[in-house]
Amino acid sequence: MSPFRTSPSWLIWLRNAVILGSLAVGVAWGVGELLTPPVVQAAQGLGLSKQRLADVRKAASGVDSEFAKDWAQKHWPPAERADDLTIARRLSLALTGSIPSLQEVRVLESVKSDDVPQWWLSHLLKDRRTSDYLAERLVRVYVGIETGQLLFYRRRRLVEWLSDAIRENRPYDGIARALIDCSGVWTTNPAVNFVSVTRNMGKSLDEAKLAARVSRAFLGVQMDCVQCHDGKLGSTWKQENFHQLAAYFGQAKFELNGLRDDPKLKYKTRYLGRTEEEVVPARVPWKPELLPEKGTPRDRFAHWVTAKDNRPFARTLVNRVWALLFNRPLISPVDDIPLEGPFPPGMEALADDLIAHDFDLHRLIRVIVATRVFQQSSRSADPAHPTTEEAEKCWAVFPVTRLRPEQMAGSVIQAASLSTIDAETHVLFRIKRDIDVANFVKRYGDSGEDTFEDAGGTIPQRLLLMNGNMVTDNTRGNPLVNAGTRIGMLAPDNSIAVEAAYLSIFTRRPTAAESDHFTRLLAEAKSTNARSNAMADLYWTLMNATEFSWNH
Amino acid sequence: MNISPCQSHSHLSRRSVLRGTGIAGLSWLTPLADLLAVEAEKAPSGKPARSVILLWLGGAASQLDTFDPHPTTKIGGGVKTIPTAIKGVEFASGLEQTASVMKDVSLIRSMVSKEGDHERAFYNIKTGYRPDPTLIHPSIGAIVCHELPEAKIEIPTHVSILPNQWPARGGFFGAQFDAFQMYDPKQQVPDVKARVDEKRMDRRLEGLSVVENVFAQGRSPNLDEEKTLHQISMQRARKMMTSDQLKAFNVSDVPAKELAAYGDTPFGRGCLAAVRLIQAGVRCVEVTLSGWDTHANNLEGQASQVKILDAAYASLIRDLKKLGLLESTIVLCGGEFGRTPKINNVGGRDHWPHGFSMLVAGGGFAGGRVIGATDPEGERKEPENPVFVEDLHATVQSLFGIDYSKEIMTPIGRPMVLSKGDVVEALKA
Repeated sequence: MSPFRTSPSWLIWLRNAVILGSLAVGVAWGVGELLTPPVVQAAQGLGLSKQRLADVRKAASGVDSEFAKDWAQKHWPPAERADDLTIARRLSLALTGSIPSLQEVRVLESVKSDDVPQWWLSHLLKDRRTSDYLAERLVRVYVGIETGQLLFYRRRRLVEWLSDAIRENRPYDGIARALIDCSGVWTTNPAVNFVSVTRNMGKSLDEAKLAARVSRAFLGVQMDCVQCHDGKLGSTWKQENFHQLAAYFGQAKFELNGLRDDPKLKYKTRYLGRTEEEVVPARVPWKPELLPEKGTPRDRFAHWVTAKDNRPFARTLVNRVWALLFNRPLISPVDDIPLEGPFPPGMEALADDLIAHDFDLHRLIRVIVATRVFQQSSRSADPAHPTTEEAEKCWAVFPVTRLRPEQMAGSVIQAASLSTIDAETHVLFRIKRDIDVANFVKRYGDSGEDTFEDAGGTIPQRLLLMNGNMVTDNTRGNPLVNAGTRIGMLAPDNSIAVEAAYLSIFTRRPTAAESDHFTRLLAEAKSTNARSNAMADLYWTLMNATEFSWNH
Repeated sequence: MNISPCQSHSHLSRRSVLRGTGIAGLSWLTPLADLLAVEAEKAPSGKPARSVILLWLGGAASQLDTFDPHPTTKIGGGVKTIPTAIKGVEFASGLEQTASVMKDVSLIRSMVSKEGDHERAFYNIKTGYRPDPTLIHPSIGAIVCHELPEAKIEIPTHVSILPNQWPARGGFFGAQFDAFQMYDPKQQVPDVKARVDEKRMDRRLEGLSVVENVFAQGRSPNLDEEKTLHQISMQRARKMMTSDQLKAFNVSDVPAKELAAYGDTPFGRGCLAAVRLIQAGVRCVEVTLSGWDTHANNLEGQASQVKILDAAYASLIRDLKKLGLLESTIVLCGGEFGRTPKINNVGGRDHWPHGFSMLVAGGGFAGGRVIGATDPEGERKEPENPVFVEDLHATVQSLFGIDYSKEIMTPIGRPMVLSKGDVVEALKA
């Protein structure tokens, strides 16, 4: 007699059925993930009333008509409208720092809306990734990438505070006032970090640095150039203009118990050519009538900066948001806007709209996104007349610009995952993502403060993309983690596998020539290992293309 | 406060005043160095320099505990001294090997800048300009690479070994002039090895060409050359990956004895790699030795870094000379600024941009000279015969045969000269 007891045959059948059933469910789920969108998300509405949408479109149309007039004068025919997926990709990169996931692409394709960009915008503006990313970009404008003094500066708290403010769509003038006229302890009032970052080793606050930051970040004026001498090269600013601005921070006193104003303190400086330091009165360089009569110097200054009639404040935000969305400002450098113009098309119309709607940041984003200028293609449909740098300069085509390092890293990681990496993703995965992004940015070259440079690619960047750990780890055969391998395993046929890879990485479908080329390579890969390698090669190829590194 | 981010004519006038006092004191040279200058080597070839090595003492070395000690005064801080190959000139003990090569090296003891903050001062010393919010200036290596392009070389011509957070940058010349960063040269240069075999790499590149053709449609035919530089930089990266010149980056095949001469530290290996890279045709190499920021326990902190520096520096000078490369290679050694004469209450020295030391050698620089002097009592801020940062830049560029007064149109439409300094003739061979 056998020492082993044999299981009844019905039990074996039942066990096999359970295993096969589980496998079938798993495969169906995997294929479903690849091909179909989550039903709930796709069914969501626009998140904007018809009236508000019409109002946004009206404002956008006003901006567009100014550009149309300009193009007609310059004889530049505008490019055609880009497709919805391309526009959605631009939006995701600008607002979340990453391309859309395959899951999001499927949702976008199934949306029943006559305005997919606005629908996608509604989705993104509710997404924590957007407020976090915009907050990080804006904090770079406010305090740069300075580390400050550890004991008195908590950058993370400042970013979180700003992220909350952006998510709740608090009026931007209020945000600016909260930063300029903050008080208290830097841990309980995170806005205080805007000031405390300037605290020098063993010294007081740096009023000059604060004046420079405020003038650039909120007034679009590079007044720090006249810190030690009167303006040159056509600049009419005087040294005293800068120091009189700095004097508004002269009473700010920072101690262990926090930031407050001390009326006894005076701001002093030694002007060029003088031998002694002198007390500098606080004065604004234009429109003094907008200054409130009462309040502390910082309080009065904050209200002057953000006054509705102080148009440089509105223009500065328009230029900054435009730059975030296009990766290129309307006026360059982004923080050097002429006070009296001339202004490019769109600037004054957008500033008017911003002021009329109480510095509503979400609305400003919506209006710019609704313009034809934003939704244009980055290429010419006429092969005889390809795009030129001049056409880009007058916004007759969407400009091709280099992605920032964190956008590159975020996109590599997102493309390697079929599902969206967002606030719902497991915390360990998000921590790993943040570490990977930081390492990549360090090697790729941090762009530093929020500048918009049109620099070309470099050899170290290409080496990092070709042979670096991030691309290698995210593309190699790994059925548990990497999208490429999973697509290769689950796609019903080769052309669908290629299409899924293109949608994951380029947010578009392959052309016939591209599909033929990569489908053939997949067909030639007979073994499981060879197929996995072929998918890794496809992923590598797309991630090393110009199209992946450049916003378009 | 009131640290200027901009350049000003006022700087020139102040410099002129200080320089005037130097000239009144007979010459640019200290009396001792003046005598020695007669014996100093003349540039044998008279040919312009072709490469530069910058040994960056990150954190700022203390001049008082290295090249400008005042052991018997109240600011001495307990430093012990040794004689050097220049008669009457002493260094801090621990620099014995460096002292022995000083016939080939000149010492500036009167470097002056206006920047007392690490980040601003690094920028100032490496670019010759003070930080300017409107644009980023190129560092000296980027200027040399931009002005003297080298077509034959397959590896980057501007290299930073063991970079800290502020490696040399291309500034307004573009990121393609940024220094290529690498770490300890006993390890492989990062990211130069393909992760797949040749067959798969060919397949990848073939696919890439299909994809690039699609992206090019409807766009400017010159998009890559004039803007993205994507495919161009990829071709160069591919060339670099298979180049024999890559060997110059790695010192793992160097005999132990040779490594030991450099101290066999990461910095020592970096200096050895720098020599090999110069031999391979690289224009500019910077090697960083951090750890000099001794706000506490200055004497011990400086001594430990001196030990690393000494063997590496002296071996680098000796090897360049032996290889016949010193004539064409400028070697600069210094950091952001110097350190205060006054010792603080935790035994440290703080930042001091008012008179600090810099070693210069090769490439047309004279050897065996000492320029300037600091106050032995540490009471007077201004050193004798001050050498301003921009003057050192002008001198280096002139030794390359570069017209440093040439105006470059920057991307913001503002013309800018390569250097606004004046050549320090007394430093030239």
